[in-house]
Amino acid sequence: MSVRRLAKEQPESFAFNKKSEDEIKFWLAKYPEVKKASAVIPMLWIAQKQDGWVSEPAIREIATRLGMPYIRVYEVATFYTMFNLEPVGTHLIQVCGTTPCMLRGSDELIAVCKKRIGKPHEISADGKFTWVEVECMGACANAPMIQLANPDGDHYIEDLDGAKLEALMDDLAAGKKVKYGPQSDRNASEPHGTKVLSEPSLYDGSRAKKIKLPNTAKAEG
Amino acid sequence: MATQLLQDKDRIFTNLFGHHDPGLEGAKQRGCWNGTKDILDQGRDWIIDQMKASGLRGRGGAGFPTGLKWSFMPKEVGARPHYLVVNADESEPGTCKDREIMRHDPHLLIEGCLIASFSMQAHACYIYLRGEYVTERLAMEKAVKEAYEAKLIGDDNIHGWPFHVYIHHGAGAYICGEETALLESLEGKKGQPRLKPPFPANAGLYGCPTTVNNVESIAVAGTILRRGAEWFASFGRERNVGTKIFSISGHVNNPCNVEEAMSVPMKTLIETHAGGVRGGWDNLKAVIPGGSSVSLLPKDICDDVLMDFDALSAHKSGLGTAAVIVMDKSTDVVKAIARISYFYRHESCGQCTPCREGTGWMWRVLTRMAAGESTIEEIDMLLDVAGQVEGHTICALGDAAAWPVQGLIRHFRSEIEDRINNYRAGKPVFVSQVAAE
Repeated sequence: MSVRRLAKEQPESFAFNKKSEDEIKFWLAKYPEVKKASAVIPMLWIAQKQDGWVSEPAIREIATRLGMPYIRVYEVATFYTMFNLEPVGTHLIQVCGTTPCMLRGSDELIAVCKKRIGKPHEISADGKFTWVEVECMGACANAPMIQLANPDGDHYIEDLDGAKLEALMDDLAAGKKVKYGPQSDRNASEPHGTKVLSEPSLYDGSRAKKIKLPNTAKAEG
Repeated sequence: MATQLLQDKDRIFTNLFGHHDPGLEGAKQRGCWNGTKDILDQGRDWIIDQMKASGLRGRGGAGFPTGLKWSFMPKEVGARPHYLVVNADESEPGTCKDREIMRHDPHLLIEGCLIASFSMQAHACYIYLRGEYVTERLAMEKAVKEAYEAKLIGDDNIHGWPFHVYIHHGAGAYICGEETALLESLEGKKGQPRLKPPFPANAGLYGCPTTVNNVESIAVAGTILRRGAEWFASFGRERNVGTKIFSISGHVNNPCNVEEAMSVPMKTLIETHAGGVRGGWDNLKAVIPGGSSVSLLPKDICDDVLMDFDALSAHKSGLGTAAVIVMDKSTDVVKAIARISYFYRHESCGQCTPCREGTGWMWRVLTRMAAGESTIEEIDMLLDVAGQVEGHTICALGDAAAWPVQGLIRHFRSEIEDRINNYRAGKPVFVSQVAAE
């Protein structure tokens, strides 16, 4: 299991901003009022999106809002590894290192991160980058890959290699827009030059015509 | 025997590659939401009977018959409401199929949720996505909004069954793919599996009767009922029927997701859709056929094994999530499995001692073995410890951590021995560090 602790240095206070409040409203509406503790993960995530990490005052605020003991929210924040318990750089690079990505060269991506940024979890000297190795992110047919988290959102960047990651980090450091998704000529996880799913009748609307259900009493009669 | 490959006309996920509109209009053009009201009008028993007749087995890894699972829900709704929970916490290493369904064919999933919920008398469904799938979550939220606006779901919808779909997310914990850990997480707690019984069908989400199904199992329901149980059952071998999305990764020329008939020979699957093994079939070393939890298979078994539940379990492996991880001859297979052990060590929830301590122990020993820095006796000790973890934990994570290690020793013991002997003879193999701490 992964053992995680809160950061030593914590801010004095935490408050959700207007955008976060709107999102909290959206999430709380999904659960029965007496079960609003269900919103704890989404709320921690909202706090992280607002500040870049989850601080102790944020955990206290969420506990108060959801009527949960502080320790219950603390448990959740330390159990789930996507919560950054310390500040991170503007661009958080999460390199998948699990076996399917390892087989396709994630070691190369990690080497680039070490060279350009330094140790995992540390913020680079210019404050722009932090990198961590994470476990399988479920994009194995597009390995190796990273998830980039920054003020523009959370995006998978796939079909990478060391050189492509270096170029990507150059662009990010220069404040340029980068392409998300596969960095190859693929759209998603389709095989190159596939004939699969090329049958035109699947897409000409013929499947939207009224149908008669099979195996019904009417169909048999 | 010539293998009959799946044809386009029989593929359920017609937008798997995202070349077409994932929105409601596009989905309808491709046949989604067609005749859904007629399906519901046939009644609950008809739906469950058809699902049973189709032979669909759960697509999340365990392969439990879906129709049977649905029939376990209480027949009458008592004081507690019924829930459907969709497990979209896709985290099994190698598996990346549900992601494509959610971002490219979300309406098939929503339609399936309605049908399944109706048959189990649930008015609410939660779809639990892994936290990393942010793009997929936003795609699902968009599709759910479209379905509400078109009155396909909601309190007063055209199907006459008041029904709500809520998208929920986790935050990076593999264990939440275990159904009771998922429910704990959805209730706002740490994702630690519950003891069973009680099973979720009796006391699940918020203590209410709940069924937890994988995304793919739910998303195929609409098409199965539209085209007939016998159509679905016509693919694959008996007890292993249907179509299935295979995720092919690792050392192949074209890693991909593809929907194919069950029981397709592994070699045909890899050569037809993934462009073959890098360097040719003879360059193959081993394949993990069903996600990291199942035992790897050496080439001689891969030559003619079929991709289905029974064929793979006959070789002490499994179909799991049908995530095919291919390793060619350049692979350091000990290191590859050591990395999988690291994964389980990282993802153990810490609740049961054999798993919490055993996963770390196995990883440390395997890391030494990968360098040859070990003794021959330790191989059997490792096997013994793996056996002590297996079956001695609340959930299956302990088993999942033990199986790949057992498979490695079963099929590649001589390779570990060679490495140890070489190290002792002063010819160590250099192995780079496994996983950054």
